[in-house]
Amino acid sequence: MGRAGGGGVTGWDRDRPVEGTCPGGGRILNTGATGGRITARFKRLAAEGRAGFIPYVTAGYPTLADTRELLAGLADTGADVIELGIPFSDPMADGPTIQRSSQGALDQGTTVADVFAVLAELRESSEVPVVIFSYLNPIHARGPDAFIGRAVEAGADGILPTDLPLGADPALEAALEASPLDLVRLVAPTTRPARVRAIARASQGFVYYIARTGVTGARRELRGELAREAGAVRAVSTCPVAVGFGVSTAGHARLVGAAADAAVVGSALVDRLDDGGVAGALELARELRAALDEVRPG
Amino acid sequence: MTPSTPVDGRFGPFGGRYVPETLIPALDELAAAYEEASADPAFLSEVDRLAADYVGRPTPLYRARRFETVAGVGPVYLKREDLNHTGAHKINNTVGQALLARRMGKPRIIAETGAGQHGVATATACALFDLECVVYMGTEDVERQSLNVYRMELLGAEVRPVDSGTRTLKDATNEALRDWVTNVQGTHYIIGSVVGPHPFPLIVRDFQAVIGREARRQILEAAGRLPASVVACVGGGSNAMGMFHAFAGDEEVALIGVEAAGEGLGSGRSSAPLSEGRPGVLHGSLSYLLQDADGQVAPAHSVAAGLDYPGVGPEHSWLKDSGRARYVSVRDGAAERAFRALPGLEGIIPALETAHALAWVVEAGRRGEVEGPVAICLSGRGDKDVVHVAGLGGGDGPGRGWGRDGVGS
Repeated sequence: MGRAGGGGVTGWDRDRPVEGTCPGGGRILNTGATGGRITARFKRLAAEGRAGFIPYVTAGYPTLADTRELLAGLADTGADVIELGIPFSDPMADGPTIQRSSQGALDQGTTVADVFAVLAELRESSEVPVVIFSYLNPIHARGPDAFIGRAVEAGADGILPTDLPLGADPALEAALEASPLDLVRLVAPTTRPARVRAIARASQGFVYYIARTGVTGARRELRGELAREAGAVRAVSTCPVAVGFGVSTAGHARLVGAAADAAVVGSALVDRLDDGGVAGALELARELRAALDEVRPG
Repeated sequence: MTPSTPVDGRFGPFGGRYVPETLIPALDELAAAYEEASADPAFLSEVDRLAADYVGRPTPLYRARRFETVAGVGPVYLKREDLNHTGAHKINNTVGQALLARRMGKPRIIAETGAGQHGVATATACALFDLECVVYMGTEDVERQSLNVYRMELLGAEVRPVDSGTRTLKDATNEALRDWVTNVQGTHYIIGSVVGPHPFPLIVRDFQAVIGREARRQILEAAGRLPASVVACVGGGSNAMGMFHAFAGDEEVALIGVEAAGEGLGSGRSSAPLSEGRPGVLHGSLSYLLQDADGQVAPAHSVAAGLDYPGVGPEHSWLKDSGRARYVSVRDGAAERAFRALPGLEGIIPALETAHALAWVVEAGRRGEVEGPVAICLSGRGDKDVVHVAGLGGGDGPGRGWGRDGVGS
């Protein structure tokens, strides 16, 4: 028994990032595999002058069949990266909507194996980059090595553990960083400048800027300071910066798309899924994608 | 000796700070403020003054002679934390943390509560220092501890019922953490046990350590020696850590934590992570945890709302793995019998949580498996549980739960 990382070293050996570039998508030396779907997608977006669209999906909600349909639909609707959420019993960073979707998925009996299975199915038809969003305990319970192995095998490109802040568990963080998965880090409005720089340096694939102090959940308004704050993170980051938490409407998407490299939308899609099913959620996804295409990242 | 000072926020491998990034600056600020305060003689003397004038410390160490005849072991001493203001050990921590919050300039306090004892103790400290107070409590606990809900409201706190998940202490803690993430700038979270991210397990342990410091001095005076066994119930584990800490360096003293076995270990209806859990991450730290193969936190069960929690403080996990402490468990029924029996024997109504420690001493004493002198932390009084236990029915009259054959089944 060691720390949450189990002291495990995955045995992956990742290409060192080139100085001044985002350390995502390096070639994996000992397998010859080339990761980097996330980085490639952001490069393409930058070349086209477009902001990225990152929808979040709670795997297994309302059912696994819906998740399959939703993932395929989002890939067709112009999602640039999909955040695939592993439902967790105690989602302490999430508001009522994602608490409800997580509990709903668990009540359906959704397992971690099911989540990887729907991802593997998506991979039969789509190359859309996928980031696994998870609380730490499901990763710890399986053991980080086994978890990463299964995620890579299923076709994941990145991993975003909500409750693993920079420096919390150096052995585990090193194992995740060395793996083929991009370890996406979060910056909060409360994060002090020196730490923002350290997080931006350590993040792989992209940096996730949390739009407000608080939990996830759809909102009417975004804060006025958000554009400036996202700009400040971009200024010190070699990685693209995505903004999420509360981004709910086409208007929000335009605001975020003009200030950052991508917008993450979660709770609003789950709410729409409740009201209008998969078709309704995909309709919102199309609106958001169109809104993002009306602006250019600043 | 097991090191009791955390290194990098960890007791051995346990503990840490597994929290959303938003909370990192607040935890840094809290750790710095606590380090500064605990080196400030003015702060420490204010804690001591309030302990004496307001909380009612030192609490007595009482020799329970009639209890000894039932348990078949002696001498047995009860450390009377039930005689603290508000009726439990919880106030040792809330007064200290409220002072710390005032020092940090945080005008708003949040807390979680299970049995309601920590909620009452927090509401009390907030009234004392004129701080705004919001207490999260699972709806199942609101129902079984309605008296404490009314007490908190009387003290000026707002009680927010939590209807998610298992609707108990675990979910109240989730909701308190969500509030803290949202309102972190002006809010201090007075966590009620030795759980949560670093530095909470250390801060709560230190404020509760007064229990063991007093008990150690008192038993040396009363018995002329150290106890052979120190026993306390363990939910999150704050009264146990408070009791154990002063004895941790006394290798000849056995430290025994009693978890809630609920309807029995292996039944899926227990609250005994140290007895049947595995290490995992919940509420910001790595510690023993009830969970399934996928790492989903398993629902806990105990008749005692204050023990009804799937996790445990990280220092207990370290005391277990290092072999310094031993963790045992007692079922609901045995705890209920202890609850019914002690009043008639000693004129003391214990909390259902505390009754687990008493029940284990009787069970182990009758089997000759516990050595005296025994010091038990009588962590709280049972008035809050009277209605609930009366409602459970059962044939034992007051004082008769420990008839010759009636124990340990």
